[in-house]
Amino acid sequence: MNYLDITPNVAIAVAAVIGLLAVATAIAWPQRKKKQELWLRTRTWWVIVLLIAASIALPSWVPVALFGLISFLAFKEFVTLIPTRRADHRVLFWAYFAIPIQYYWVSVGWYGVFIIFIPVYMFLALPLRMVIAGETQGFIKAAGTLHWGLMVTVFSLSHAAYLLALPHEVNPLAGGDGLLLYLLLLTEINDVGQYCSGKLLGRHKVVPKVSPNKTIEGLLGGVAITTLVAVLAAPYLTPLSWLQAATIGCVLALAGFAGDVTVSAVKRDLKLKDSGSLLPGHGGVLDRVDSLTFTAPLFFHMIYYLHY
Amino acid sequence: MDGLLRRLFALLVLRPVAMLMLGVTLRGRDNLPNQGPAIVVANHNSHLDTLVLLSLMPLRLIDKVRPVAAADYFLKNPLLAWFSLRILNILPLERGNAARGEDPLAESAAAIGRGEILIVFPEGSRGSAEVMGRFKGGVARLKERFPEVPVIPVFLQGAGKALPRGEIVLVPVAVDAVVGVPVAWNGNRAGFTAALEDAVRSLGAALPKVFDED
Repeated sequence: MNYLDITPNVAIAVAAVIGLLAVATAIAWPQRKKKQELWLRTRTWWVIVLLIAASIALPSWVPVALFGLISFLAFKEFVTLIPTRRADHRVLFWAYFAIPIQYYWVSVGWYGVFIIFIPVYMFLALPLRMVIAGETQGFIKAAGTLHWGLMVTVFSLSHAAYLLALPHEVNPLAGGDGLLLYLLLLTEINDVGQYCSGKLLGRHKVVPKVSPNKTIEGLLGGVAITTLVAVLAAPYLTPLSWLQAATIGCVLALAGFAGDVTVSAVKRDLKLKDSGSLLPGHGGVLDRVDSLTFTAPLFFHMIYYLHY
Repeated sequence: MDGLLRRLFALLVLRPVAMLMLGVTLRGRDNLPNQGPAIVVANHNSHLDTLVLLSLMPLRLIDKVRPVAAADYFLKNPLLAWFSLRILNILPLERGNAARGEDPLAESAAAIGRGEILIVFPEGSRGSAEVMGRFKGGVARLKERFPEVPVIPVFLQGAGKALPRGEIVLVPVAVDAVVGVPVAWNGNRAGFTAALEDAVRSLGAALPKVFDED
């Protein structure tokens, strides 16, 4: 009897992640009073991990809907933070409709439309609606920021969900669930790896004007850890050879860094520390998915090119 | 029947909209009144302000919460009047009553006497989105008459972007609500109104905004 819609390998990977989190919790628990932020962050990780684990065990429309919700929350944070023009109220209203439509293409696996809907059709439709509204003052900036927000929070993130729509036969051991888990695991391991190696070894700043805490040592530490985990986990969760896995691990580590500092640059431009406060210890949703907005499309296209 | 409708509306409409579409971040929950009478005072940008405040109130108090709202606007057509009176449970305020020699605060004073919780927007109108106007003096008059009733300041931010004046479609935008400690009576009406306005304004300033250099 197969109650749950996952392969044994995916179940083992989920169990391993929960085990890792349990170890982190055991470390954070004794110092929860002293390092409250770390403790809050660990607690929030439990919510995130359990939500994702539960959703991938269910039929694939559930995790797709969950990613749709994540996109919605991230886009909402973006819309809240950016300066918008009063005249664009209805434009913003229509921009939100891109989210269910984009995730509908994902849920039915219509690749041809999925890949052009936001970059082409929303790119054309939103300025048209703005022209109808008729306000020309600040037009370029408004059209640019809004479309950029859709690209980052909806188009990019929906690539993670599209992994679930890829044919199962190519990756019989773990299917789309395995690919998604692999992407999330590498992205988050890289975040944590960069943070820890930066704290331990950090000397030389990479982008001091954007993010003063990021160092070369942290970046390289992240690359090393992520590449290692990518190679170790690939045979269980993906159809990748070890060389492909090493390349992908290395690229994802660099992309994760790029996503992280890009969102930092946006926040700095807006004079903000966090994008929101939905996730205690992390900040907003956009703060948590910043690296994923860059790793998701890159991972998707690499694996799509190599195996599908 | 009205009580049931009000509870259904709170559970099925107010709270889902407040949680998902807006995602209200509440700071200072402990300062919200847990019994009546009380006067909750907030800045005003949008019709959503009333709904946000109602969604924050505990369900057991819902029949006691009375948003004070302009009669000329909210009772202008039968459907809106039914919704405003029965579901939102507004306390209609006749604007311009004082000019006719009537006490515009009689209804509010009676409600406080019954132990109800008033929601008041002392700017008197929504004004321009996300710009706070000057407070009018009605709350100070009530406080003078009922010095023991707590006046609780609340700062609201974001609703003016989600649903500005003159718009009918709601755009999801994160809303912040900061509840402060009650403002004490300081001996005169003008002084109290100023203190109240200051209290609300400074709650807004406390919202974490500026990037701390690290």
